[in-house]
Formats: sequence, structure tokens, C-alpha cells
Amino acid sequence: MEQILLSLICGVSIGATAGYLGTLMLSKRMSLVAGPLGHLTLPGITLALIFGFDVSLGAFPFVILGIFLIWLFERKTKLPLEALTAIVFATGVSISLLFLPIEKAEEALIGDISKVKFLDTLITFLLCLFVFLLTKSIYKKMVLISISEDLAKSEKIDVKKYNFLYLLCIAIIVALGVKVVGGLLTAALVAIPAASARNLSKNLFWYSFYGILFGILSSLFGIFFYKIFNISAGPTIILANFFIFLVSLVFKK
Amino acid sequence: MKDTILEVKNLTVELDREKIICNLSFKVKEGDTITILGPNGAGKTVLLKTLLGILPYRGEIKWKEGIKVGYVPQRLPFIKTLPMSVKEFFKLKEEREKEIKKILNSIGFSDDFLNKKIANLSSGQFQRILVGFALLKNPEVLLFDEPMSGIDISGQESIYKLLERLKKEKNLTILLVTHDLSVVFKFSNYVICLNKCPICQGSPKEILTLENLQKLYGQELRFYQHYHQH
Repeated sequence: MEQILLSLICGVSIGATAGYLGTLMLSKRMSLVAGPLGHLTLPGITLALIFGFDVSLGAFPFVILGIFLIWLFERKTKLPLEALTAIVFATGVSISLLFLPIEKAEEALIGDISKVKFLDTLITFLLCLFVFLLTKSIYKKMVLISISEDLAKSEKIDVKKYNFLYLLCIAIIVALGVKVVGGLLTAALVAIPAASARNLSKNLFWYSFYGILFGILSSLFGIFFYKIFNISAGPTIILANFFIFLVSLVFKK
Repeated sequence: MKDTILEVKNLTVELDREKIICNLSFKVKEGDTITILGPNGAGKTVLLKTLLGILPYRGEIKWKEGIKVGYVPQRLPFIKTLPMSVKEFFKLKEEREKEIKKILNSIGFSDDFLNKKIANLSSGQFQRILVGFALLKNPEVLLFDEPMSGIDISGQESIYKLLERLKKEKNLTILLVTHDLSVVFKFSNYVICLNKCPICQGSPKEILTLENLQKLYGQELRFYQHYHQH
């Protein structure tokens, strides 16, 4: 009983925060970036599983590396983000598949929160709270920056500083996300709640509210079904997200 | 004597090693309405961004101490990807709802317009909202990039009337950028013709001669010269 509570706290706090942050990523057309970042965490997750430490801890430095690489490639080549996504995605997956022990593959690819410990949960919750509050504090500025960097700069907003804080939020949430849904699926954790939320919202308030709500609901559903039917929680959470998305299409504003 | 608000001396802007603006000098005095005229790609938008301090430059740009500048950009293509109300857009810049309502009324909308979704506005309405955004926090100067691009004629008329009125009400100084010659005669007291390097500057009547326009626009000028005669 206690275990399921820990899993729920972990899943819900990550789901809520990823959903909230995701509403910013969608507006900045950045949700695709979470994809390659998630995949790039796989080598880190592999290391963590081989040497037996926390997967998020293994993932984090690789997310930072991923952000740096994408930033560098985009600067150097001006290739569209989609092309860079493909390059980075394949590289991350290849490296980890070379070394990943096959019996650990499932956990690396689709996550596992069925065995999180108390300390894990506490740290996860605190980090989520941190990212949530940080996202809230930069939200308006980031919206303006995503509408027009020039307009933001003309308002004397330090665009570089805010972009950095924003990327920091993404890095942390992606690293935490691999715990819940694994390296393959983290992008969905940020992208789908925001997409559903956009379908239903006529303004920013409801947009971010629904983003958070759908993040929470999908985690609840996922963990609930995992408990009842004994299926993997990670993919179930993503499927719950997809179901919410389908429903949002029906009520689209 | 009116105060000088902005002094630009020997301004040169290079982007990716290409010279976009060369050796431009001019002065702006309080209450002026200055048009920066030139064909597409002449460096007009770059000039506005440079004046705003967004782009690197050589030479001198001297604003009057402590002056507040509002910027109306040409297009905001990404804004429609977000579900956002007019009120929320204004609140990105100004928290006080009373101020927001005041500006909203001064650009000709009633209070209930605040809850409209930005993505549902017509291009003319959106242009006025952008003017409103620039006017929040009471700027003394307005930099305006292509006020009438993408707006139908009646919308253009109302943007002009709006600017004329706001100019009087708020004692605004306006710098606007356009490739549309008709703007110059209707609206401004000083013109700078720019095609990367400055071609000419002065009052519209002195400056807009056939010879100067030929330099600025090449073959298109017959039509414009004709317009001039009216």
C-alpha cells in the first residue's frame, strides 16, 4: 500500500510539472526537442542501471549535453530542428543499445516507478516543486519571448537569461520523466497534455490549468491501471494522455 | 526650441558580414513624425531594431536621457499558436487593469474586447492591439514597422486616424518605416530615404523629386511620381 502511494506522488508531481512546462514548450515549438533530449538520456540511464544508481541522476548530465549539442548544431548548421532531432535521437539510442544489458532494456526504455523509495520520492517531489515555481516565475516573460524575441528585447527583457532558466527546467523535468516513462517516451509527457489543453482553451489561464490537470489525470490513470491489471505504468500513462487528447478533440474550441 | 530626442551619427550596421546600413546620420526632435522610406530589403526594419538596441552597430545612437520607447513590430506569426486573450497579451507588459482599459479605449475598443481571443482578431484589429501594446507604460516615442502591411484600405485609414489622434493626445514622437510612398504625404513632416545607404532626407516636398525617387526605387517610380502630383 505504501509503495503505491510513493509511486503516485512521484508520478503525479512529475506529470503535473511536465504538463505545465509543456504549455510553454508548445508555444515555443519546442516540444519536439524534448524527444531527442529524452533519447539522449538513454546512455545515462544505461550507465545508471549497470552501476546501480538512480536513473534520473544518470540522465541529467546527458540532457545537459543534449541541450548543448542541439544548441551548437542549430547555431552551426541552421538545419531545421526536426533534422537535428533525427540525428540526436539515433545517436543516443545507438550508444545505449551497444551497452544496455538486455534484461534492463525495458526499464531504460519505458521507465519503472513501481519500486521508488521514500527518499527518491521526496527528492522528486521537491525538484518538481522547484521546477513548477520556476516555470511560474518565468512564464509571462517566456510567452513574450516566444511570440517575438525582438519585442521582448525592446522591453529590456534579458532573453538569454530566461532561455537558460527555461532550458534548465526542461533538463530537470526530462531527467525526472525518464523515471516514470523511460527514455523513449518523455517527450510525450510534456507534449500531449499541452496539445490537449490547447484544444480546449480560449486563453492562457485555462491553457496552463488544463496542461497541469491532464498531466495529473494521465499519471493517476496510468498508475491505477498498472495496479489493477499489472501492466507497465509508463506506456499506460502515455496512452491515458492520448485518450484525453482524443476527448479534447471532441470538445475543441 | 524643441528638444532633440534622438541623434544618430554615422550609423553602420553589418549582419553576417553584409553591410545592411551604411553611414546614416539624422536627428529626431520632439513631436516629429519621421518616415523612413525605402524598397524591400533596404534595411528599414534593421534600422528600427538597431535603434531599439537589439542589433550591434558602429557609429553613434544617442537617445534623450531616460526616454521611453514603444515598438510596434511588423508581424507576430507565432502569436496565433497560443490561446491568449487580449487582456493576457497586455498583461505580459502591464499589470494594472485600469491602465490596460484606458489604453484599450484609446485605441477604439470597449472593455468587453479584453476577453477576445487574439487568434480570432482580424488583421486590422490585431494591428491596433499591437499599437496598444506599444503604448502601455506611456512611451514618448513610437517606432512603427510597416503600419499597413496586410491590412485592407479601410483598416489602413483607421490606423492613420488613430495615430494622428494619439499623437495629439499623448504628444508622441513617431518614427515609422514603410515602402509605401502615400504614407509620407499623409502623415510625416520629415523623410529619410534609405536603400542600405541613405539617399536623401528632408521635408517630403523638398525631397520627393523624380530624381531622388529614381535613385530609390528604379523603374517603379512613374506610378509614384503620378501619385505625388495629386
